[in-house]
Amino acid sequence: MRFLRVVAAAALVLAIGCSKKESSEILIGHVASLTGSEATFGQSTDNGIKLAFEELNKAGGVKGKKLVLKTLDDQGKPEEAQVAATRLIVNDKVTLIIGEVASSRSLAMGPVAEKNKVPMISTASTNPKVTLDQQGNTLKYVFRVCFIDPFQGTVMAKFARENMKISKVAVLRDVGNAYSVGLADFFEDTFKKMGGEIVTDQSFKAGDQDFKAQLTKIRETNPEAIYVPAYYTDVGLISRQVRELGMKVPLMGGDGWDSEELYKISQGALNGSFFSNHYTTESPDERVKSFIEKYKAAYGSVPDALAALGYDAALVAADAMNRAKDLSGPAIADALAATKDFKAVTGNITLNEQHNAVKSAVVIAIDNNAGKYAATVSP
Amino acid sequence: MTEFLQHLVNGVSLGTIYALIALGYTMVYGVLKLINFAHGDVYMVGAFMGYYLAGFWRLGGAASAGGGATPGSVVRAFLITAASMVVCGFLGYVIERFAYRPLRDRPRLTALITAIGVSFLLEFGFQLNFRGSNFPPGPTPRIFPTLFEGHDTGWLSALGVNLYTTDLLTLGVAILLMVLLQWIVYRTKFGTAMRAVSFDHQVAGLMGIPVNRIISWTFVLGSALAAAAGILFAVTRPRIDPLMGLMFGLKAFVAAVLGGIGSVPGAMVGGMVLGLSEEFVAGYLLSSYRDAIAFGILILVLVLRPSGLFGRTTVEKV
Repeated sequence: MRFLRVVAAAALVLAIGCSKKESSEILIGHVASLTGSEATFGQSTDNGIKLAFEELNKAGGVKGKKLVLKTLDDQGKPEEAQVAATRLIVNDKVTLIIGEVASSRSLAMGPVAEKNKVPMISTASTNPKVTLDQQGNTLKYVFRVCFIDPFQGTVMAKFARENMKISKVAVLRDVGNAYSVGLADFFEDTFKKMGGEIVTDQSFKAGDQDFKAQLTKIRETNPEAIYVPAYYTDVGLISRQVRELGMKVPLMGGDGWDSEELYKISQGALNGSFFSNHYTTESPDERVKSFIEKYKAAYGSVPDALAALGYDAALVAADAMNRAKDLSGPAIADALAATKDFKAVTGNITLNEQHNAVKSAVVIAIDNNAGKYAATVSP
Repeated sequence: MTEFLQHLVNGVSLGTIYALIALGYTMVYGVLKLINFAHGDVYMVGAFMGYYLAGFWRLGGAASAGGGATPGSVVRAFLITAASMVVCGFLGYVIERFAYRPLRDRPRLTALITAIGVSFLLEFGFQLNFRGSNFPPGPTPRIFPTLFEGHDTGWLSALGVNLYTTDLLTLGVAILLMVLLQWIVYRTKFGTAMRAVSFDHQVAGLMGIPVNRIISWTFVLGSALAAAAGILFAVTRPRIDPLMGLMFGLKAFVAAVLGGIGSVPGAMVGGMVLGLSEEFVAGYLLSSYRDAIAFGILILVLVLRPSGLFGRTTVEKV
């Protein structure tokens, strides 16, 4: 069915005729989860990109052309993300594509971008496989502006061993989610290497409502903390059920926790917990401060890390297009790959051979049902 | 021991919800020989009705968008549940009247496919969202407001087991509803008529029983029970979305088949067995095998005892 739709869309475009006229605009596509379980991820990212485009256009655009954003919703489903990416590339003929936040969805989009030679910048997908093909070679057209999970897992393992000084941790992972599985594995590896013990490794599926069976099991093993690398809606529910079972231990997680919704769902159950993230709003850095100010003025809320990464992705894309010799896919991809020491909100971005940004991470502590900066860990 | 008892408490809490939904499947099947696949989605609508009504009455945290929440009370929780049951009862009536009644004398497969159609209509109808509107809710999960504050009863704390007031209330309400249903089916005139229709609705009609009305009321009852299940579930596990009834409805169907589809006590026992076995498998074996166990049970029942635990074996007469 979906294939047919794509074919039909392609046929329609051919029928109308591919009159690619020299326009004064550059169309950029964005695939985002504007609705669904991770709705705030997509909305924040979209806000971040829009803010960046507004600024860039005010400053004269890219190569004298205005940047225009077209965002498609994928409802948080990998198969929808793939269809959306195909539509943007085949139908709308976007110059570049931004997205997605979730690794599972970026993994679905990557091959489409690669096949059509359209550069794609993932904003927050941290699974290492996103920029690689099946054989482990780097995809020429897929990039990201965030760090990857081997590093993020290490950050939390280090923090647990050195700052929290704990040695027994239970893991609860989302088995159907590339991000969660990857991050849990990398965390376990480092944590064990540093002399810690993983007392039990439980799993659930996104959309589950009842986690008490797994949590009862975890309670029996008396961990000092529970590592839950999952997305915020699940984490919110899990945290409440952890407290209902009488466990007082802190929870730990990754950047998938970062959403205002997390605090609304958990209602204080996460106080005393920690998660790793891309940036902190408390940073004294001028760039961060001015970004937060502009974002607040535009949207009336404090930007989360996803908004900051969306903003950064848009700026990195504009920078590469400015440096590229023309606006063809291969030229932009070459320019992107050469991104070096670009001053962004979430840190200085240098893309390495695997097209990953090497940046430091922060650890956020949850206190009084709000996130507070706790530590910075550099690669 | 602690672990075992806690699993038992969790399993019973889950099992009661399955049982309440399974009752709806079983009643409709008993009367019409129709598997009403839209039933799981009526359960979803029930939860959403609770969400909207609570928002309307400014109750709990999430519905009133963060601020100005009043603490929940049992009385208001009861009112909301009752109102939601009425709304879903009406929905059940509408579904029967417009989707199934016109097809009643057609082959059974036609009605079954229509049931799946109604199910999709509810699931995807609720996933529509016109930017910013509150209804239909769209695919983003909503957080169910705290209708009443649950806390640990402390009765089993000596054993290290947490037993929540919400769990007890769920169990209490569920048992009450089931006893009520059993009474209606076996002790009232309506129940007698219902059972007569289930034997043969044509003959029942000839005996002066208003078949259409009886069937409508069966749907109303079943749907109201599903609404109650939806709210009881959402109080303790407060994430609701338009697809929440899909998997849950299928599992409740398994519970109904396990207990013997068409049998009211069977649905209760089936629900409990399913809830407990899921809990113990997830707790003691592998947590990701949770769904596999439900459908594994379905296959085993169909192979070993197709009529279920409480079902009568009927001989096909030629």
